[in-house]
Amino acid sequence: MIPAPFDFVRASSVDDALAALAEHGDEAKLLAGGHSLLPLMKLRLATPAVLVDVGHLGELSYVEDGGDHAAIGALTRHRALETSDLLRREAPILPAAAATVGDPQVRHRGTLGGSLAHGDPASDLPAVALALRATMVVRGPQGEREVPADEFFRGFLETAVGPDEMLTEVRVPKVAGAGWAFEKFTRRSQDWAIVGVAAVHNGSTGVALVNMGPVPLRATAVQAALAAGATAADAAAVADEGMDPSADLHADADYRRHLARVLVRRALERAGA
Amino acid sequence: MSILGNRVLRREDPKFLTTGGTYVDDLPIEGALWVTYVRSTMAHARLLGIDVSEARQAPGVVDVITGADVDLAPLAPFPFIPQTMAWPWLATETVRFVGEPIVAIVTEDRYQGEDAAELVFVDYEPLPAVIDPVEALQGDVVLFPEAGTNVATGQPAAGATDLFEGCEVVVRRRIVNQRVAPCPLEGRAAAAVWSDDGRLTMWSSSQSAHGTRDELVNRVGLDPETVRVIAPDVGGGFGAKVANYPEDLLVPWIARRVGRPVKWVESRSESMVGLGHGRGQVQDIEIGGTRDGRVLAYRLSVVQNAGAYPRIGSALPMMTRMMVDGVYSIPRVEFASTSVVTNMTPTVAYRGAGRPEATAAIERAIDLFAAEIGMGPADVRRRNFIPKDAFPYTTSVGTVYDSGDYDRALDLVLEAADYEALRKEQEQRRERGDVVQLGIGLCVYVEITAAGTNGEWGAVEVLPDGRIKVRTGVSPHGQGHVTSISMIAAERLGVAVDDVEVVYGDTDEVLKGVGTVASRSIQKGGVAVHRAAGEVLEQAKKVAADLLEANPDDMVFDPVGGRFHVAGTPALAKTWSDLAAAAPGGLTAAVDLEGGGPTFPFGAHVAVVEVDMETGKVWLRRLVAVDDAGRILNPMLAEGQVHGGLAQGVAQALFEEVRHDEDGNPVTTNLADYAFISAAELPSFETIHMETPTPVNELGAKGIGESGTIGATPAVQNAVVDALAHLGVRHVPMPATPQTVWRVIIEASAPATG
Repeated sequence: MIPAPFDFVRASSVDDALAALAEHGDEAKLLAGGHSLLPLMKLRLATPAVLVDVGHLGELSYVEDGGDHAAIGALTRHRALETSDLLRREAPILPAAAATVGDPQVRHRGTLGGSLAHGDPASDLPAVALALRATMVVRGPQGEREVPADEFFRGFLETAVGPDEMLTEVRVPKVAGAGWAFEKFTRRSQDWAIVGVAAVHNGSTGVALVNMGPVPLRATAVQAALAAGATAADAAAVADEGMDPSADLHADADYRRHLARVLVRRALERAGA
Repeated sequence: MSILGNRVLRREDPKFLTTGGTYVDDLPIEGALWVTYVRSTMAHARLLGIDVSEARQAPGVVDVITGADVDLAPLAPFPFIPQTMAWPWLATETVRFVGEPIVAIVTEDRYQGEDAAELVFVDYEPLPAVIDPVEALQGDVVLFPEAGTNVATGQPAAGATDLFEGCEVVVRRRIVNQRVAPCPLEGRAAAAVWSDDGRLTMWSSSQSAHGTRDELVNRVGLDPETVRVIAPDVGGGFGAKVANYPEDLLVPWIARRVGRPVKWVESRSESMVGLGHGRGQVQDIEIGGTRDGRVLAYRLSVVQNAGAYPRIGSALPMMTRMMVDGVYSIPRVEFASTSVVTNMTPTVAYRGAGRPEATAAIERAIDLFAAEIGMGPADVRRRNFIPKDAFPYTTSVGTVYDSGDYDRALDLVLEAADYEALRKEQEQRRERGDVVQLGIGLCVYVEITAAGTNGEWGAVEVLPDGRIKVRTGVSPHGQGHVTSISMIAAERLGVAVDDVEVVYGDTDEVLKGVGTVASRSIQKGGVAVHRAAGEVLEQAKKVAADLLEANPDDMVFDPVGGRFHVAGTPALAKTWSDLAAAAPGGLTAAVDLEGGGPTFPFGAHVAVVEVDMETGKVWLRRLVAVDDAGRILNPMLAEGQVHGGLAQGVAQALFEEVRHDEDGNPVTTNLADYAFISAAELPSFETIHMETPTPVNELGAKGIGESGTIGATPAVQNAVVDALAHLGVRHVPMPATPQTVWRVIIEASAPATG
């Protein structure tokens, strides 16, 4: 429960953080809320040589009206998502999902950007970003680029953010009035989801799954079935198609597949898809 | 009017809620070094070599100790266990569980210890791991070749062949009372300082300072006169800190070796594999009787998983045996047990310690029997209860229950739960085919408190200012004994609760002590203080009589003001401070309580669960509990014990299980993987008052510390089974996780084959 030795740099700005990343390369890790990274370090499963602390950068903590989207700073805490009037109105699935992350202490520390950039398939917010078809803004030495959610999650704990880059903003399309549902299946209230489903029905339907593979996954078979006119129940029957869920203490692969089908059906029904 | 029976607020709480307690880790011990243990990463292996050369060179390293350096005899098991199953202080030849200490590293600070530990290289030759206690029984792989067997101890069956003669129905089933982790919020911790005059002070996160002192004497060979053990604030124990472990007992030995103070505080990851585990029984239950609901015969055969080194867990089936009959009058009962070693963390006492296992077995058996004959579970229970006029009652195995009224406990709980309405709602949900079904589970239990530990020591002294100092051998760690013990003294001596100082957990301050174990503190420690206060009262009467020049028989004690006067002249009264000043040797009395025997609290629980038939998820919606622990001194403290007990009982039924992979690697080594229960998983408990005083002690008190745990687990498990009963389900293994319940539903719903 004691991490290996590391150096600590507190960044004073995004540019400062990027400079530190440029200096230390992939020896460095960004530290935001710390609720994913620090436990791994305490178990010595992660041993970065340098921590670049961006957790206090107020410039990246905001929820703003961007016209057709809500612009959310990467360091916005889960609690701020949970209580944002703009998000509750324009993209209510995001505050609702944020309210299910961990417990109040975790939600006051953990950040949206940290959760997305960590890329944990068991986290809730990546699936919500997929369902909402969010856009990630990534800044690096070459400047800023936009990455659609579908291209953001690359592999297990691996995202499109390069070692010298930083996720700075998340743009969430406004979907006021859309049907939505976030189904999170856990043993205990504070656990990671065994399986989770984010569904947003706004003309077409976006459906994404938590913990059904090495990355947060879009339920493409479900979306295709719905687009072809299938009922929610019929579409849900293919929820696990093309997926290769892992087995762990709480669920084997068969049970995860079963849960995905049940939870997708419930989510689609609630979302009115 | 007596203060006893009132909701006196915990005197301990202002400190805990403001500045916080002082635990071993908080002690400011100047110059203390830190101990870090390097632990086995294999469940079963021969040690071919331990290379500590690099670790010795690491920054801050003062000493590196292997088993070869430790000149102490290994920790011997109980006399009735093969002595070759002794626990080495540090493993030298063989490791027998993941987490077993191999090397102790002493460093200037904690961080250096963790870094140096990574530089110790242990060369293992893997041996096959024994994980399943039933396989351990076969002995294909033995953990202690010198012993020639994995059997540590056992209680043979009487071998009756005609046990079930005359039974119209016999039901047999193997059930598992799974291994769980006690998870006190504070793990194990110890600190040791040797003074220049050769005296040791050891601080230990222990349930018994005196027990720890005795361990140092017996196992480390220290002179009792030179040892002071202090249990400072202790963050829970649940039985797992009753006995000590190699890691904490070695701390004073290390401090002496390095010539400096030393501290050791385990991390949660260490605690999950190093602190002993609880339960761990495979139970074969057989129950038989008539079709109209009379149980005629019951057999319970237990395989107890003792873990790698037999500790108190290996002996707990003795407690299971004592309580095998439960609350029922069963003409023929047979019990057998075998305790075996496996490649797991040693099994120790955990809240209930042998009795929850007995209750789980009989309460599941009764439900299985009821289901087989198609009778309601409440009706079968009533049909077989020991009647209330049968006490004291001697069970089939010779246990003598002091007092009880099981019919009334069941009536009260069924009424409070509105049992008939619940059954109607269940029926409606079944008829509608609801996705979420209702299950109602019953448990009526009796348990034994203050078993096996007769004595306790207590002393009362009147201070010059008239305040009272109480010394007690109990060693509280969350129970609120400062409050309850001071209530007893205050009531007896007519002083304010706040004017009573309670001293405990320090072998220099308290002459003798057994500690806080086995739900015994009030009925033993409380009674000792009650009697000592009574003796002080008698002394005071004589002193007052002298002062007032009266006959002691004419003296009146006014318990409201704590004053003595001559009958008829209350204006001329003497106070405690007057009397303390006048008494030549002061006013003081010590009582070394002996005998008195155990008591048998009982109760009835109703659990109401909802089960999502599509996912298998179970929610506990209600838990209605009657827990009768005799006379209650402080209902608020008693409820605190009941609530915590219920939570841990629910946890075993639905959430918690220590698990290992097939190689014996523990896979539940942190509180994310080990499904430790939290308040969010629990409803508000509905507790119902019932008091049946015991004739065993003058306070009329039984124990309350473990009852909730004992009753809740079978009630909740039975409720889960009940929710699925319409599918033909008769049993659901614990913990009833969503996946487990889903599989049971799938199997029950599948069309019959063959």
